[in-house]
Amino acid sequence: MLYKKPQIQFYPYIVQRDDYKCVRCLGCVEQCSYDSTFYDEELDAIWNKHEACVGCKRCEAYCPTDAIKIVPNPSRPYEHSSWKWELVMDTYLQANTGGIIITGIGNDKPHRIYFDHLLIDACQVTNPSIDPLREPMELRTFLGRKGQKIVIEETEKGNISLKTKLAPQLQLETPIMFSAMSYGSINLNFQESMARAALQLGTYWNTGEGGLHKKLYPYAGCGIVQVASGRFGVSRDYLKAAAAVEIKIGQGAKPGIGGHLPGEKVNAEIAETRMIPPGSDAISPAPHHDIYSIEDLKQLIYAIKETTRYEKPVIVKIAAVHNVAAIASGIARAGADIIVLDGFRGGTGATPKSVRDNVGIPVEVAIAVVDKRLREEGIRNEVSIVATGGIRNSADVIKSIALGADAVYIATAAMLAIGCTLCQTCNTGRCAWGITTNDPRLARRQNPEIASEQLYNLVKGWSHEIKDMLGAMGINSIESLKGNRLRLRTIGLSEKESDILGVLPAGI
Amino acid sequence: MKKVIIIEDFCIACYNCEVACVATHSRTQDPVKSYKRENLRGKTNTIVELKGPAAFSSMCRHCKHPWCLDACISGAIQRLDNGIVYLDEERCVGCWGCVIACPYGSAHPNIKHNDKEDTKHAFKCDLCVDRLEQGLKPACVEACPNKALVYDETMPEVLSK
Ligand code: SF4
Ligand code: SF4
Repeated sequence: MLYKKPQIQFYPYIVQRDDYKCVRCLGCVEQCSYDSTFYDEELDAIWNKHEACVGCKRCEAYCPTDAIKIVPNPSRPYEHSSWKWELVMDTYLQANTGGIIITGIGNDKPHRIYFDHLLIDACQVTNPSIDPLREPMELRTFLGRKGQKIVIEETEKGNISLKTKLAPQLQLETPIMFSAMSYGSINLNFQESMARAALQLGTYWNTGEGGLHKKLYPYAGCGIVQVASGRFGVSRDYLKAAAAVEIKIGQGAKPGIGGHLPGEKVNAEIAETRMIPPGSDAISPAPHHDIYSIEDLKQLIYAIKETTRYEKPVIVKIAAVHNVAAIASGIARAGADIIVLDGFRGGTGATPKSVRDNVGIPVEVAIAVVDKRLREEGIRNEVSIVATGGIRNSADVIKSIALGADAVYIATAAMLAIGCTLCQTCNTGRCAWGITTNDPRLARRQNPEIASEQLYNLVKGWSHEIKDMLGAMGINSIESLKGNRLRLRTIGLSEKESDILGVLPAGI
Repeated sequence: MKKVIIIEDFCIACYNCEVACVATHSRTQDPVKSYKRENLRGKTNTIVELKGPAAFSSMCRHCKHPWCLDACISGAIQRLDNGIVYLDEERCVGCWGCVIACPYGSAHPNIKHNDKEDTKHAFKCDLCVDRLEQGLKPACVEACPNKALVYDETMPEVLSK
């Protein structure tokens, strides 16, 4: 036995192979991007290095004879109520490496998910429900500043026209958009899939901070481009090409933490798109070094508006943190057209585990307090709210909107739609599902033709469900649900929590 | 004529095409039994080739002027009306002329030991002619999880770099 640090043996997964069913096609060997499974020619056997398995289950999904199962290793450190095995394993890992534990995907801790404590109201006899299969149901919504009042003019011929000049709006056919994921953290195939799906769905996708690849310029009309602290890929053409520009101040999965794409992942194409030399580290600092106040933010917002001739809405994205309502109010006053609130369950390519699991607040609470504050200040119409970071299904969308959001962004759900198994190793850049990787051998695992179809199906499915739920509430347009908290009730929450959410408890 | 078109950009070397091919051309039609009981391991008409990030499944191109047909001394290789280049295993005498003639390496020598008497014949892709007659697609195409194999006349419009 070769020397190994002892605790390495307590690996989390075991690759179980039914040797009789295994036909040695070697598909699993090729699919495993973590070198956990390999072929021994001499013995004509496939062997496993269990300790390298991350539990991505790619082999399991692709085995043509169903011969493999990835199972949790039963031999784990003993269960202890204050030392959960994950904590013990983390301690072993840090004792062996002395580093920060980096991980991917969102917070997996069992913090209260408020969405699951909100119930949707349904009509009975006081007002009738609507059957979305027979009655028209509107999911179209507009994001952007709405102005105080609208002046309508009647022409001589009796036609009616709008006199007020409206601020630029984003028109969404369904209140679901694809959230920011940068080229670099994900590959071009996945970005293209989102772009294609967004175009088909009549919604928007977001480039993230990685710039806009030249191949995706045809999809820029339904794209939102990001300006993050690293200013990667930002040029006049980039700003002008998109439907809207998003300034990223913070991100839910890692509030107050910048981004870092290691140099080895910066290939020629990523370098060109980000406008940096190939092989150089792409570091987005935690703060924007020209923004230390709301006034500074205002300058950037207006610089972007000037560049884009006031034709595009400017979005500001922040992580949901305490005091979020006051921050959002400042952002609205600084001239943002849309504010994105990213909750602490949002995903990411890589973040210190300690930050991911412990920093920030749930998006449900953030939406409720921001919406309430902006209404109280009389400026709710001046800015739209987009919720993201923990939107898991159509019910979460409906509940977000009833709490006060105008629309939502999804990202982890989109990744699940194309195969992600939440193995949380995005940070390694070895994603076996070809999602969070730019390895040419792995990135091809996402064929945009298939992936865009799956993304389209997911959003279409949710949209149907949203219509059903709206119908049950007797509402025929999504815009009528915005901030309509009377359609919600809380269950199992304290009075204080219900109060913060602005939702009455069930029974009232 | 419709053929199996290989989109190299999306071949992920999962070997599902090989296994589907073997199973379809087996007595039992079962992947495990065909490999384990019928001794069909390695007797696949389509072979995944792999080098670095590049991978593709290579199979008979059903050429307009098949070199293998020219080389066949026994008349085992025929060009069917629908364009499929078909190898009649019964008539094959195992001279391996086609194996040498095919520029794509798509004809393979086969020596079966499993049955009572040994058989020796060449084998090659028949475009799953039986499946086509039933209105199905070739087995490899149906098994390909990433649409890297398509059954069509021309290359579909794919997003090339
Ligand atoms: S493909 Fe994934 S699940 Fe399968 S052995 Fe490799 S690491 Fe483990
Ligand atoms: S994106 Fe890939 S690496 Fe990340 S959790 Fe999903 S499957 Fe794992």
